[in-house]
Amino acid sequence: MRIGVVTFPGSLDDRDAQRAVRLASGEPVALWHGDHDLQGVEAIILPGGFSYGDYLRAGAIAAKAPIMAEVIDAAGKGMPVLGICNGFQMLAEARLVPGAHTRNAHQQFIRRDQKLRVENAGTAWTSGFDAAQEITIPLKNADGRFVADADEIKRIEDNGQVVFRYVGVNPNGSIDDIAGVSNERGNVVGLMPHPEHATEAGFGPDTRAAMASGTDGLTFFTSVIESTLVK
Amino acid sequence: MPTIVVEVMPKAEILDPQGKAVGNALARLGHSDLTAVRIGKRFEIAVDGPVDDAKLDEVRAIAVDVFSNAVIEDVVSVTVADA
Repeated sequence: MRIGVVTFPGSLDDRDAQRAVRLASGEPVALWHGDHDLQGVEAIILPGGFSYGDYLRAGAIAAKAPIMAEVIDAAGKGMPVLGICNGFQMLAEARLVPGAHTRNAHQQFIRRDQKLRVENAGTAWTSGFDAAQEITIPLKNADGRFVADADEIKRIEDNGQVVFRYVGVNPNGSIDDIAGVSNERGNVVGLMPHPEHATEAGFGPDTRAAMASGTDGLTFFTSVIESTLVK
Repeated sequence: MPTIVVEVMPKAEILDPQGKAVGNALARLGHSDLTAVRIGKRFEIAVDGPVDDAKLDEVRAIAVDVFSNAVIEDVVSVTVADA
C-alpha cells in the first residue's frame, strides 16, 4: 500500500513517518507541500515538526499549502489521513477535524513517554487496537492544548470522535484529557503524541520488558494497511 | 500607501497562558491593581491602491480565514490607519 507523507518547510518527523510506514510493510511516498499531486497514494500522513516556525498559529500556514487542496478533497472522499502533532494542528486549522490548539497550559515545551487510552478502535488508523487499550508513545510539543467550546466537546464525545485520551497525566491542559480526535467519518485522525517514534524495538519508549522496546505506534500504520485491504 | 489594521484577540473563555505569565510578572513588580493581562495580535497590511469598502471586505474575509482561528480567537477590529 502506498502511503504519502507530506513534507512542509519545517517538518521534522517526515522521515520517521516514512520509516514507520516501511516497518509496517507499506510503501512510503514522499509528497511535497508545494505540489498539487498526491502521486496515487491510498493514505496520507501529515507529519510532526514546526512548519513555518509555528508562525501565526501552529499549523495555520501549512494548512493553506498548495497540496492541502488535494488532501482536503481526498479526505472528503474517505481517504485515510493521519495528522501527528504539527500535522494534527494542520488538520484542525484546515477544519478537517474539530477543535484547535493553544500553548500548553504550563507554558513549557514537554517531551515524555505518554500513556494513552484508545477511545475509538473503529477508525482507519486504530482498527488494530482493542477497545480501551492503553498504549505508550512519545509526546513532544509546546502547543498541544486541545480546546473546543462546550457544545463541540459534547458533540464529538457523543459521536465517538474522541479517539485518544491522556491517561495518568494530562500533560498540557487539554479539555477532557483529549489527546486525539477524528472527523465524523473516522477516516481523518489527528493526535498530539507521536506513534512513528514507537515502531521499532531499541528506539521506542521503555517498557517493563526492556528499555526502549515499546512499539505501540506500529499498530497505527498496520491498521490503515489492513483496513484498506479489507475494502 | 494606506494601511489596514486588523486586531485579533484570544476568546475570553480561552486560557491565555502568555497573558497570565505577564500578569503574574506585573504583580511581582508591585502593580497589584493591574489584575489581568490578555495578549492578542495586530496585523498591519500595506495596500497598493485605494482602500474602499470592497478592499475592507476582502481583508475582513482574510482576517476570519487566515489571521484568526474562530475556535480560539475573535477578530476585534478591521480599520484603516491614519496616513
